[in-house]
Amino acid sequence: MIPRRQFIQAGLAASALWGASGFGSWSRLAAQQRLTQDDLIGPAGTGNLTLIHITDIHAQTQPVWFREPEINLGVGEAAGIPPHLTGAEFRAAFGIEKGSALDYALTYEDFVALGREYGQMGGLDRIATVVKAIRADRPDALLLDGGDTWQGSLPALRTAGQDMVDLFNALGVDAMTAHWEFTLGSDRVREIVETQLAFPFLGANIFDAEWDEPAFEPVAVFERGGTKVAVIGQAFPYLPVANPRWLFPEYSFGIREERLAAVVSEARAGGAEVVVLLSHNGFDVDRKIARNVPGIDVILTGHTHDAIPEPVQVGETFLIASGSHGKFVSRIDLDVRDGRMQGLAHRLIPVFSDVIAPDPEMAALVEATRAPFAEEMAEALGTTESLLYRRGNFNGTWDDVICDALLSQRDAEIALSPGFRWGASVMPGETITREDVFNVTAMSYPAAYRTEMTGEMLKIVLEDVADNLFNPDPYYQQGGDMVRVGGLGYRIDVGAPMGSRISDLVLLSSGEPIDPARAYAVAGWASVNEGTEGPPIWEVVEAHIRSQGTVRAEPRSHVTVTGI
Amino acid sequence: MTHTRREALLVGLGALVATAGIPRLAFAATTEERIAEFTGGAALGEGGITLTAPEIAENGNTVPISVEAPGAVAIMLLAAGNPNPDVGTFRFGPLAASQMASTRIRLAGTQDVIAIAQMADGSFVKTAREVKVTIGGCGG
Repeated sequence: MIPRRQFIQAGLAASALWGASGFGSWSRLAAQQRLTQDDLIGPAGTGNLTLIHITDIHAQTQPVWFREPEINLGVGEAAGIPPHLTGAEFRAAFGIEKGSALDYALTYEDFVALGREYGQMGGLDRIATVVKAIRADRPDALLLDGGDTWQGSLPALRTAGQDMVDLFNALGVDAMTAHWEFTLGSDRVREIVETQLAFPFLGANIFDAEWDEPAFEPVAVFERGGTKVAVIGQAFPYLPVANPRWLFPEYSFGIREERLAAVVSEARAGGAEVVVLLSHNGFDVDRKIARNVPGIDVILTGHTHDAIPEPVQVGETFLIASGSHGKFVSRIDLDVRDGRMQGLAHRLIPVFSDVIAPDPEMAALVEATRAPFAEEMAEALGTTESLLYRRGNFNGTWDDVICDALLSQRDAEIALSPGFRWGASVMPGETITREDVFNVTAMSYPAAYRTEMTGEMLKIVLEDVADNLFNPDPYYQQGGDMVRVGGLGYRIDVGAPMGSRISDLVLLSSGEPIDPARAYAVAGWASVNEGTEGPPIWEVVEAHIRSQGTVRAEPRSHVTVTGI
Repeated sequence: MTHTRREALLVGLGALVATAGIPRLAFAATTEERIAEFTGGAALGEGGITLTAPEIAENGNTVPISVEAPGAVAIMLLAAGNPNPDVGTFRFGPLAASQMASTRIRLAGTQDVIAIAQMADGSFVKTAREVKVTIGGCGG
């Protein structure tokens, strides 16, 4: 049993370097416009084993705008606790000053004004600077990538992830796990893993679908900092449900708690003094794993795109949430003595693109991957008067533009757009480029279909997706946000049981209630069904933006949320 | 030396076919009727039986299920939400090396999969797991 007190002392030692609150210090420095690269990356670490965590970069090699969610509801045991805090509640929980640099980085309020003050975040060349600085202090630090790396941009789509594979090899990653990687198709995944990747591709929960045998390496063991650390990979459990199964039919996933427990035990029996779970489960699933599976010291969480400034402790396990889109890098210093982890210090490093200098080597490599597509990506399609963003449990303004595009270009009454959590924002007044459109649409099953659905079926679809988000047991959630709707209004009671959350469906064009028996013309994209027909969504969105010239998309109120 | 599960399965296939019962009844009885028939109305205990199933089915048409109850002479599997809840009853002879069975079942929708084991002493234990069958999409 590790006394909780020791961990708290370790944490205090780290924050003491910053005075009362590390985060408060950053805020003040930023307010005084004295935020420096050294302030962000921080001083030399404590302990003897250092982990560096990056996750869910979604192929964003460039600095981005990315507005964090305004609505990010937790249900059941996760209600009202991190990561399900936004805005003022988030600031209060972590002592963050309103209007500070960290407020801008971690919450949604005043995003446009604060963005203009603090600038974009991320950029793989800046991340390389952070990684190199940590390795200068701790040369044998382990760099771990939580996945969703090879998808999410035009270059990644066109090269089937090659750009990101080459760049992450150059960054010096030590191990990764996966989710969207598999949407490149299983042949491509195997080709990369077997012939190109310079580090292990881990997934203890990836099995051969026919024979139910492990299909990828479950664990990598490293001797670093005078200790032996086992890194176990856990791929996104619901790949064949949330993404098209036909793209990777040989594989089965799932949470597989018993399997994970067995891999942890084997690692311990093999002499591992520290066990790290490199996870793409999603935060709430990992919180339950931490409670149910003994022997995991640190879970590096992913998938749900949460950035949390402090570790979340569950029993003797520490959960780290490092955000998405390259906005953050986590540094975790572990004190391993007498055969076990005795302390942990953590720093969520915000990658402010205007403060952290680009690493010239990585900048050149990134430039080379973009060069073949530079002209195509830069093409202006229109401008936006409004902030375009996606992240949040319900419609974002970017999704509203996509839904409007589906309604107008596909001549539909109702539009459905998937609740993806990836996709960079565009600031008001900015030109919308083709690259911007691909940043919210680039994926391998983009057909914008048009079909007929009855009102009854529409309700079933909404209920189904709502349960995948709001089931009180996280093991039954899929980690995406609610499906976005255009032309349709509804009320949702998130606390109600499956099948009775959705009510008051209304066709916005007429104001009439949705008739369960009537067929409606519905357009959507990202169907998981094989053989879905239609133009790629980016063509649909591009045509819409060109026809509009200037896009205006203020937040809408066609979804009423209750039961919070 | 290690045998892969694939080899083990191929070796064991004949045995599985011989021991796995096949649902014989063409008409659908209710879950309660099936349980009563199997147990003769005996009380159902807990523990000593492990049912492994995915929380969310990857494909509702073929959901991998496995059940293990050391010391059991028979294990009945039911899909409580199917039009016909019968899945099968596995019977284990005295020479069975382990009282474990795995199969794939079809689930009409989100429902409980139920396993009941008859132990050597004539007692019964029950367990259940909810398996969600979803339309899918939108994850990420």
